[in-house]
Parts: sequence; structure tokens; C-alpha cells
Amino acid sequence: MLEGLAGFFPNGVERYAVGGLLVGLGTLVVYAGTGIAAGASTFLESTLSYVSDASRFQQYRPSRDWRVLFTVSIVLGAAVYAVLFQGGAWTTGVEPWRLFVGGIFVGVGTRIGKGCTSGHGICGVGSASRTSLIGVATFVLVAIVTANVIAALGGGL
Amino acid sequence: MFAPLVVVGGLIFGFGLGYSHMARPEVVIDFLLFEDLGLLFVMFGGSIVAGLGFWVLPRLRDGAPLTGRPYERRLKSFDRNVLVGGVVFGVGWGLAGICPGAAYASLGVGNWPILYAIAGMFIGAYAQGIWRSQRSTDADAVPSDD
Repeated sequence: MLEGLAGFFPNGVERYAVGGLLVGLGTLVVYAGTGIAAGASTFLESTLSYVSDASRFQQYRPSRDWRVLFTVSIVLGAAVYAVLFQGGAWTTGVEPWRLFVGGIFVGVGTRIGKGCTSGHGICGVGSASRTSLIGVATFVLVAIVTANVIAALGGGL
Repeated sequence: MFAPLVVVGGLIFGFGLGYSHMARPEVVIDFLLFEDLGLLFVMFGGSIVAGLGFWVLPRLRDGAPLTGRPYERRLKSFDRNVLVGGVVFGVGWGLAGICPGAAYASLGVGNWPILYAIAGMFIGAYAQGIWRSQRSTDADAVPSDD
């Protein structure tokens, strides 16, 4: 039984569990001080308010500055990891078209769906929000189907 | 104090995404293909820690020290958009193996091709924003906060 389970975790679980706890801790630090459950994808729209007057973006104007700061800090935090544990830069083998087209879908979907993996997946699930649990179940299932279809079509890594 | 706190939170958040390997699209795609289910530990580990805050902090004090905001759970109203957006997001997540937070972290670990994904995300967010700004029916009094 346990051996069967281990097959699903070829890289063990330590990196995932510890990393996840730290992601939660970062969220908790901001929430404890400010009461704001900061997700990662609002940054896309709040930053667009610098260049567009559309009402949809302007509504995020009050938070846009700190969201830029938050995102830059995420980049730097990951860079600290790369320097300490990764021994320099790492680059993906996933094709640019997949990153680009997938990115467009992510940009549209996360904003229409009221959240992404951090807003729904971390904060929403942590809040035991029924909306977020349904949202997470939806995007995980669709992503599983999408990835398997691409793999079956020979778009494997 | 507000800005330093956001920086500290972001640094830990980004470091965690790097450490958990979520900044690597391959690892997410391996999860979606059932080859490595480690991502479950990331999401549940993160939501348990965040959840502790959502449940414990309101019992300790009335509001956040820096803003005075009440400690509330993250509860969004449920409507068709949650499903529609979830499906669209799922297609993108399955294609690219990346979500917004992990994409920023991916840049941090030196993965320059992730700029393709980040450019795509901005284009997608811009397109839906322009479209929804033009539709008065979608007044969306409660903006999504992630």
C-alpha cells in the first residue's frame, strides 16, 4: 500500500510540504498585519490601471502600488531560493507557444473566475469557502483533462 | 510599516514557491499527468497555514493593526463566472503549467522564457477587462481580490 503510494511521489514530499507551508506563511504575514487576503492575480489588473482608464482596472487603483511591491518581492524571494538551493538559474523546457497561449487563458480565467491558485487555492480553501472549493475543483479537473489531451497529442515535455 | 510587511510576506511567499518547485511548469504538468502528486502538499500545506490565520486571528483581536480592517474569511459570491473562469483558467493551467504567483516566482529562479506566459497573462487580463468595462451589466460591485 505504502509502496504504491510512494510511486505517486517520486520526489518525496518534503520540498512540497515545506514550500507549501512557506507559501501559506507569506500569505499569513500580510493578512495578520493588514487583514488583506492577498492573491497573486489581482496584480495583473491593478497594474493595467497604470496604462488604461477602463473602469475594470481603475477599481484596483488604491492597491496597485503595494501589489507591485508584493510581486517584486515574490520575484526576489524566489531568486533567494535560486541562489541558496538551486545553484543559479533554471530554465523550462516547455515550449514558448504553450507558455504564451496558456498565459492568455490564465489571464482571462483567473479574473473572470474571481481567483487563482493562491486566492481560491490557498486563501479560499483556508477560509473553507464553498465558492473557492468549487472553483478549485473546476480548474484542477479541466487542467488535468487539458494536460492529458496535450500529452496524448504528442505535446509531451 | 505597511510596505515592509508586504515585502516580507512577498519574499516568504516567493521563496516558498521556489522551494516547492511550483515555479517549474514541468512539475505542475507532472502533477496533472498523475506522475508526481506533490502539488497536493503545496496547496494543502499553504491553505492550512493560511486557514489558521483566518480562524485564529479574529478570536485574538478585532482588526488588523496596520489597517484596522476586520479579520474576515475570504468568501466570494458564487455565480456562473466562478465556473466559466475556472474552466478557462484550467485550460491555461493545463497548457502552460503555470499560474500567476508561480509565474512571478519563476522569473525569480531565472526562468526567462516565463516572460511568454506573463505577457500572455497581461494580454488575457487586459482583454477581459476591456470587454467587461464595456458591459454595464457586469458592474461587479465586489471586485475579486487575488
